[in-house]
Amino acid sequence: MIDGQIMDIGPGSLVPEVLKIQHDGYRLVQICATRTPGGYELTYSFSKEYEFVCLRINLKEDAEIMTISNIYSCAFLYENEIHDLFGVQIKLITIDYKGNLYRIEKKTPFK
Amino acid sequence: MSTRSIVPFGPQHPVLPEPIHIDLVLEDEKVVEAIPSIGFVHRGLEKLVEKKDFNEYVYVAERICGICSFMHGMGYCEAVEHIMNIEVPPRAQYLRTIWSEMSRIHSHLLWLGLLADAFGFESLFMQSWRMREKILDMFEYSTGGRVIFSVNKIGGQRKDMDNDMIADFLKIFADMESELKVLSKTFLDDYAVNTRLRDVGFLTKEQAHDLGAVGPFMRSSGIALDNRKLGYAAYADLDFEPITSTVGDSYARTDVRIREIFQSIDLIRQAAAKIPGGEVATPFKGFPQGEHFMRVEQPRGEAIYYVKANGTKFLDRMRVRTPTFANLPGMIETLKGCQLADVPILILTIDPCISCTER
Repeated sequence: MIDGQIMDIGPGSLVPEVLKIQHDGYRLVQICATRTPGGYELTYSFSKEYEFVCLRINLKEDAEIMTISNIYSCAFLYENEIHDLFGVQIKLITIDYKGNLYRIEKKTPFK
Repeated sequence: MSTRSIVPFGPQHPVLPEPIHIDLVLEDEKVVEAIPSIGFVHRGLEKLVEKKDFNEYVYVAERICGICSFMHGMGYCEAVEHIMNIEVPPRAQYLRTIWSEMSRIHSHLLWLGLLADAFGFESLFMQSWRMREKILDMFEYSTGGRVIFSVNKIGGQRKDMDNDMIADFLKIFADMESELKVLSKTFLDDYAVNTRLRDVGFLTKEQAHDLGAVGPFMRSSGIALDNRKLGYAAYADLDFEPITSTVGDSYARTDVRIREIFQSIDLIRQAAAKIPGGEVATPFKGFPQGEHFMRVEQPRGEAIYYVKANGTKFLDRMRVRTPTFANLPGMIETLKGCQLADVPILILTIDPCISCTER
């Protein structure tokens, strides 16, 4: 991938693409969810030295996606965050807080 | 056979200025697992971007945190400026660099004071904060504020520093450098301090990489990455290298932060010598459309500002990945295997900023 590139992929390609990226020596920088009409846009960012690349997935409102926390262990925090605040359903997170990472009084996810 | 028990740590604890909760799983006095939870003071500032004009949002971004308020404002502005192709005047870029480095010195001195307080060295705490007070005075003199400055705007800066002010600041920094040399000897050479910091809370280079650690926490494990090398603001014109240590313990984190204060003073000197004249802001029209990830090196490490704009005055998304959020998995790793008595110091050595995390 080229520095700064945001590569669109399908939800089913997430795990193999992340495995490739990890194999290439990138570290996980962040996972960001953005609400779109009828669903979410998930952006996974990685960096190696100062290079910065992203994978992007468009997900329907009720769709589930696989965790990457078994590839990058630090992903569990980002995944719990986007589950709590946006309601994205993520399967098999290594440490799954089940909606309790953020102890917010207001009802989440924020719609 | 050892007894396994769970000790709740926080959200209220003498060593934590802000609330975070950690469940510590202990075998006798040894920590075998640590599970954090956050959200006690979550403010929903990212969500607020949907209701605030993108120009007004600079004030919200600055309020993400009281310590790195300047850099939060600057990171957001630089992301929007990138989307809108706004060329910020060179003088404004240098001003951003000077205020950023002053923020770093202020943040590191604040942390040194908190660390000294945590291991019970009251006079060291007071000396660190006495020095920090000079930075706050300089902030007040140059911006009018001690915590929130509101000098950033999209397209440049709202305020300028005249040459006399910069010359005065350089004299203060010269004095501060001498004082810091004395202070750093106590932090780095004192027997009691060494006993609390050396050989505890190791994070290896591989762990720092795999767990996504950032900033001084990462650099003290031997990874020479510093986003200032990307050349935002005026950093491309300045000569510096990331400060690292290969040891990876609590002492190394202290050592790296102290050396970073000296480096920041040097960067301010370089910037003061090169700062050009001219305007401090570029006028612009229109609304942003597009997206950009802006990476900034805050005192605690890499912060990421993601802005997605739709061509109206309201943005679709503004996301901040703060350094403390990225450092939590690394912090959990350092806690594994440590003694319960070392937990407060180890949590402090990532320099946690919960208000950033609870944006």
